[in-house]
Amino acid sequence: MVTTVSQKNNPVTLNRLPVTQAELLKYYRDMLLIRRFEERSGQLYGMGLIAGFCHLYIGQEAVVVGIQAVLQPQDTVITAYRDHGHMLACDMDPKGVMAELTGRIGGYSKGKGGSMHMFSREKNFFGGHGIVGAQIPLGTGLAFAHKYRGDGGICTIYMGDGAVNQGQVYEAFNMAALWKLPALYIIENNGYSMGTSIARHAAGQHLYERGIAYGIPGEEVDGMDVLAVKAAAEQAVKYVRETNSPMILEIKTYRYRGHSMSDPAKYRTKEEVDNMRQNFDPIERARATLISEFGVAEEAFSPIEKEIKEIMLEAVEFAQTSPEPEASELMTDILINS
Amino acid sequence: MTLETSTITVREALRDAMAEEMRKDPLVFIMGEEVAEYQGAYKVSQGLLEEFGAKRVIDTPITEHGFAGLGVGAAFAGLKPIVEFMTFNFGMQAIDQIINSAAKTLYMSGGQMGCPIVFRGPNGAAKRVGAQHSQCYASWYAHCPGLKVIAPYDARDAKGLLKAAIRDPNPVIFLENEMLYGQAFPALTEEDEVIPIGKARVVRSGKDVTITTFSLMVGVALQAAEQLATQGIDVEVIDLRTIRPLDEQTILDSVMKTNRLVTLEEGWGFAGIGSEISSLVMEKAFDYLDAPVKRVVGADVPMPYAESLVKLTIPQVEWVIDAIKQVCYR
Repeated sequence: MVTTVSQKNNPVTLNRLPVTQAELLKYYRDMLLIRRFEERSGQLYGMGLIAGFCHLYIGQEAVVVGIQAVLQPQDTVITAYRDHGHMLACDMDPKGVMAELTGRIGGYSKGKGGSMHMFSREKNFFGGHGIVGAQIPLGTGLAFAHKYRGDGGICTIYMGDGAVNQGQVYEAFNMAALWKLPALYIIENNGYSMGTSIARHAAGQHLYERGIAYGIPGEEVDGMDVLAVKAAAEQAVKYVRETNSPMILEIKTYRYRGHSMSDPAKYRTKEEVDNMRQNFDPIERARATLISEFGVAEEAFSPIEKEIKEIMLEAVEFAQTSPEPEASELMTDILINS
Repeated sequence: MTLETSTITVREALRDAMAEEMRKDPLVFIMGEEVAEYQGAYKVSQGLLEEFGAKRVIDTPITEHGFAGLGVGAAFAGLKPIVEFMTFNFGMQAIDQIINSAAKTLYMSGGQMGCPIVFRGPNGAAKRVGAQHSQCYASWYAHCPGLKVIAPYDARDAKGLLKAAIRDPNPVIFLENEMLYGQAFPALTEEDEVIPIGKARVVRSGKDVTITTFSLMVGVALQAAEQLATQGIDVEVIDLRTIRPLDEQTILDSVMKTNRLVTLEEGWGFAGIGSEISSLVMEKAFDYLDAPVKRVVGADVPMPYAESLVKLTIPQVEWVIDAIKQVCYR
């Protein structure tokens, strides 16, 4: 299979597990759905239909698609604020996600959460959190609950490279290791903590080593290759589930857009971004693999494009026609009636 | 009957509340620093480890931000954690998780993510423990929608309200007081009495002036009321018991009867509970007031250490007597 090693990311090459054509096609489709969803989010933001903070996932799609591919239905997921991709990968309805972005009643949080705050109990997606690093103890608590109940589930806790400098990450690592909690920590290292490059914000060579003091194993993964992510996730999830112990995956990835919609990303060169887009794009790489390794014909991709286009049309339509919440919604959902 | 069987301390009442709820509901567990093997830094969790085991009585590292967040996550998953802060002063490390995660997520999720958790521990000043260990958080937490805030005085309320807090599907801040832990109150009869959250209690009825207070200061108010009774001033003492949601009606009914109000709290006055009650009475019972509302509050300084200065910082019985005389024009 094709293995491209990024000069910038310099990932470890892992042995990929066997993958079927149907599986890789599904990953391709899921990544493309996220890409198209985020492109439309950016457009709607530009049109003034989405407001506030909006952090796009474009470029990082292989991370969440590769991880979610190996999770079980009882497993729980939590992440920070760059969360649209995670929700789609958790099989949440694009209509409900887009309608939340536009602040409508049909959104997952009835228009009360916005881009950074969506949840689905049905899909075991626990948000959607806006305070950098706060989701890590929360997710460790979800892992604690899996162990307490003995339900065989694990919690996958996503964080960015910026979050790893928060003290509460290490408070959580300590308890997860001490109490043997089934927590899989995913560091989505896109190289920038907002506008501060990793060289300027993180001491030490590797973020996957940040658990060493607690005896938490870590691995580095090429996050621009969905198969590499999936292979690493398969082993990591198996380890966490079977040993009831935490593990860290540092997944080297890249976001093409700015930190949020208001960020022109002046802290990096156009050449750097172009290089990643042109040479390491996870969707193009999956497509190339499907063609070269599985002999998939070019025309086989158009039904996928068409399906996603229709999903997006429907989502955008719903997000614009679902009404804004009524004034009567203002004072609900503050407390549960006891 | 011996004295031991006819009284119960606040410490025992709190422990009994937790034990009874843990027997009833396997989803309830307690975590915090020294709650298990040490039996609680203030011995509030005495005996719980022995009865319920290490799965449900969990010693944490000293890591408030972390274990508060872990507790909130467990509550999102449907467990019912009791998170003990050795004192609420240390809970300030965890205040982001309490407010941003526990209090707000139900709203942010459009009602999906309930958070049935209790944060409890001693609040306010103990005896000469200095500025960082002597702070009242009532107004801090009461400020925030999405939280319930309870601050009981006697053993009966401590037990009944803690049981209600554990059963409540919302995040509850349960403010105890170290100075009250060892105080004995009449023994409780109803094993399973749950006291509703959000109801104040008139602990002494009177006709001349109302005083609202909570926690340790209820005792101070009662002492002031006894002394004033000998001087012909009949004081009505209201123990708020719950700070949020505030029992407005009990306060308003009393003020409409006595026409005079003094508020008393141990914490700082600025944006305090007394300010809130003062504003409430202005908005809803202004025409009933025969005198301006008077607040009695802690001095506006970090808590000093020297005994001479502490006495000038924490509200004293004499301060309350002076304030009541002022609003009674005596």
